[in-house]
Amino acid sequence: MATYSINDFRTGLKVMLDGDPCTIVENELVKPGKGQAFNRVKLRNLATGRVWERTFRQTDSLEGADVMDRDMEYLYTDGEFWHFMDPDSFEQFAADAKAVADAAKWLREQDKCVVTLFNDAPLVITPPNHVELEVTETDPGLKGDTAQGGTKPATLSTGAVVKVPLFMNQGDVVRVDTRTGEYLGRASKD
Amino acid sequence: MSDHHLPTSTPAALEARAALYQLIRHFFASRHVLEVELPLLCQHFVTDPFIQPVVAERNGRQAYLQSSPEYAMKRLLAQMPRCIYSLGKAFRDGESSRRHNCEFTMLEWYRVELDDRALMAEVAELVKAVVPDLAVNYLSYRDWFFNELGVDPHCATREELQTLGAQWIEINPDGLSKDDWLDLLITHRLESRLPQGLTFIYDYPVSQAALARIAPDATGQPVARRFEAFLNGMELANGYWELTDATELALRFTADQRRREELGLPYIAADERLLAAMKDGLPNCAGVALGVDRLLMQSLGLEHIQQVLTFSTARA
Repeated sequence: MATYSINDFRTGLKVMLDGDPCTIVENELVKPGKGQAFNRVKLRNLATGRVWERTFRQTDSLEGADVMDRDMEYLYTDGEFWHFMDPDSFEQFAADAKAVADAAKWLREQDKCVVTLFNDAPLVITPPNHVELEVTETDPGLKGDTAQGGTKPATLSTGAVVKVPLFMNQGDVVRVDTRTGEYLGRASKD
Repeated sequence: MSDHHLPTSTPAALEARAALYQLIRHFFASRHVLEVELPLLCQHFVTDPFIQPVVAERNGRQAYLQSSPEYAMKRLLAQMPRCIYSLGKAFRDGESSRRHNCEFTMLEWYRVELDDRALMAEVAELVKAVVPDLAVNYLSYRDWFFNELGVDPHCATREELQTLGAQWIEINPDGLSKDDWLDLLITHRLESRLPQGLTFIYDYPVSQAALARIAPDATGQPVARRFEAFLNGMELANGYWELTDATELALRFTADQRRREELGLPYIAADERLLAAMKDGLPNCAGVALGVDRLLMQSLGLEHIQQVLTFSTARA
């Protein structure tokens, strides 16, 4: 991989820091008085999502990280791994639980996901921002706690539990924002 | 569709700049300070290890776009001991951020027979004329560090400062000097905690004297008679009670050149024209350089320097 000097740092550049691939979130030059220039850099650790702030000298450099985002189709899980396929090349990749993490509860077979590959292995799975999933379990009818804003918990076909309006029933299909876990509305059944 | 052909500022910011120039010129005319225009394209450049030149070529020889009018103004002062100011462009390579543009506007002035203390008061008067209802604070470099961090910056060791700094700053400490740690503590901790308004920090460590004279403070500690002005936490101006000793100046040039070599930076020859003028005799004077773009940013409440530039360097 290429090596990047501090002046090459741009938002979105992928570099290695302390053995982990990171993406640059922010790079700000600070130059005090008559002193030497430093760069205050914010980096998101792609494996953990944590944001680090590091300060570098202008002569410092970091190795690039072999990280790539690819659109893939979710195939199935065998319990240990989640399998994805590049629809163009038919190449298949197996992601472990660490890579799939919270995305697991939104994955429906044949849905399109973004698979972030690090050294050709899945590092992070990002589900679609919006998914449509069937309610498999919820209290019937309008029973529910109105003090909670007229919602009730519903379990979806993938196992996710979201708050839905009281009028939603088992078998209904809901639209959910996977970034917030919020109910967006009813979806028409296929 | 690229927007790189568009200006980076609004018409309102351009009008504010034009009005500020009028204010500055009126301010100095009423005080009998003469406006002078200095060359931007020169044979020599400052030896300062942390200012990098934009290099040009003239008649097949290397030349430099000036990073400040300081040397030329001092050469004038040596032959013409009267108060002068310059309002013009300056260039520093590699400086690009919310607060930096490679090409920027600098207001620099020299007051014969004044010292740094009196010049700070004049800087405050000018800034007050631009930013109404301005609070002005004065704080010595030592008190700044002592009040915020409990250390005396003149006596503290590099190791002590590194231990303190490690609380807020994640950096590879190899090769960082005591001055680097003082600077890092300022940029990462002290600067953002400065009060609103204009704050003068004065009496710098001797190791950061640049071209200021060195004198003992009230406690007998030798300090550099240099000050910096911060406007709402942003560095705005840097001033000296000027060094007038040509021999001392030559030593500082040599020290800069040695530091440049240690850092692997290109050699910069000492400006022998400035040295010759200093031998003729620089009058007792104080001088200050003020970032005009930053003053405009602060007076308009803008976050990025490009918002006060017609076209930032990236779009020039």
